[in-house]
Amino acid sequence: MAAEEGTHDSGSYVVHHLTNLKLDLQTMTLNEHATGFWVLNIDSVVFSVVLGALFLFLFLRVAARANSGVPTGVENFVEMCVEFVSNQVKEVFPGAGSLVAPLGITVFIWVLLMNIMDIFPVDWFPYIGEHVFGLSHLRVVPSTDVNITFGMSISIFVLMYIFSFVYKGPIGLGKEFLTHPFYIHAHGPAALVNIPLMAVNVVLRLVEDLAKPVSLALRLFGNLFAGELIFVLIAVFSSNAFNHGVAGFIGFGLFGGLIQFLWAAFHLLVIPLQAFVFMVLTIVYLASAAQSHGEDH
Amino acid sequence: MDLNATLIVQSITFLIFVLLMWRIAWPPIIAAMQARQARIADGLAAADRSAAALADATAKSEQAVSAARVQAQDILAAANKQAQQLIEQAKNTAQQEAARIVAKAQDDVAREVGHAREELRKQVGELAVVGAAKILKREIDAKAHADVLNDLAARI
Repeated sequence: MAAEEGTHDSGSYVVHHLTNLKLDLQTMTLNEHATGFWVLNIDSVVFSVVLGALFLFLFLRVAARANSGVPTGVENFVEMCVEFVSNQVKEVFPGAGSLVAPLGITVFIWVLLMNIMDIFPVDWFPYIGEHVFGLSHLRVVPSTDVNITFGMSISIFVLMYIFSFVYKGPIGLGKEFLTHPFYIHAHGPAALVNIPLMAVNVVLRLVEDLAKPVSLALRLFGNLFAGELIFVLIAVFSSNAFNHGVAGFIGFGLFGGLIQFLWAAFHLLVIPLQAFVFMVLTIVYLASAAQSHGEDH
Repeated sequence: MDLNATLIVQSITFLIFVLLMWRIAWPPIIAAMQARQARIADGLAAADRSAAALADATAKSEQAVSAARVQAQDILAAANKQAQQLIEQAKNTAQQEAARIVAKAQDDVAREVGHAREELRKQVGELAVVGAAKILKREIDAKAHADVLNDLAARI
């Protein structure tokens, strides 16, 4: 599995697998040591866009042929997904507009496809990339790139505020910002107590709102990055098979293969679960952005 | 793990995908699913209606069959009665005819007997005359003795 990396030590092998193929936008050159904001992780972007386009193409094809007759294989699958996500939206966000369910299904299937890339053995794509296309680095699981997960969660964060504005109006939202959760019902000078409370409310609200995209992005990134890292470490372990004679070959090979299999099997549960959690939390956050908090002050 | 421009590219891509999904892919799929749901509901309702209609038709046909059975019984009874009457009538007619024929036959017989008796009487008278003439060996004037002979014939 890691035979081609035999000349490197384990540390550089791991680091190599966790380094993106970077395009420095200022010089427009591929440079794995590029730092700063104006750098594009070409591998993440390409795999993410290709996977997204794949599922979008599938849905558009089904949409173009959609009819009320007997559904065929792909139609069945697509409609099953649609039904599943629609039910989740109905449960979590009753009164949702037409945007929430398509958003949910986009999140769910796209994240699912990105996560599934984790199942491919860690050296397959980098090996092809290096020997066929001459790429120095290649990371194929976009959801192990924090930029990708934050890219989605920040978009969702923006949508949350758009939803808040649309559903509550600027006045309703402002009132909620200033008077939630602390507000004292009083008349006369006692009502002035609310002024310092407003500052507290704003701070609390900002923390509460900012925690949502951060936790959303880091949860997905953390789970998938950890999974990927362990796959890499299992590969490092298995690579010992080539350095310790016949007994080592059989021992490390078999044991490495076994734990590789077990971790992949476990990961098969993590992959859809994380996609599902990402989708449900997206819907929940949008629902809470649209619905007013508790009692009306 | 440092944040870079990938974030912006991913955000834009994400929003474009969501927009395409929302505006282009989603409506026809949902419309088709709802149309299919309506069609299935219609189909099930039609099946229910057909089942009800079938039950209705079965009940009606059973009613019709039982009514027909009753009617058939009536017709059969009437026919039997009529047949009985016809037989009775025919029997009566036959009996009358038979009686008439018998009476006529008896009449004929009686007439024949009377006739035969008359004939016989005449022949006996003649025979008696012939016999008497032979016995008396003399001629008897039939005309002269007609009264006697008739008297004789009447007595036979």
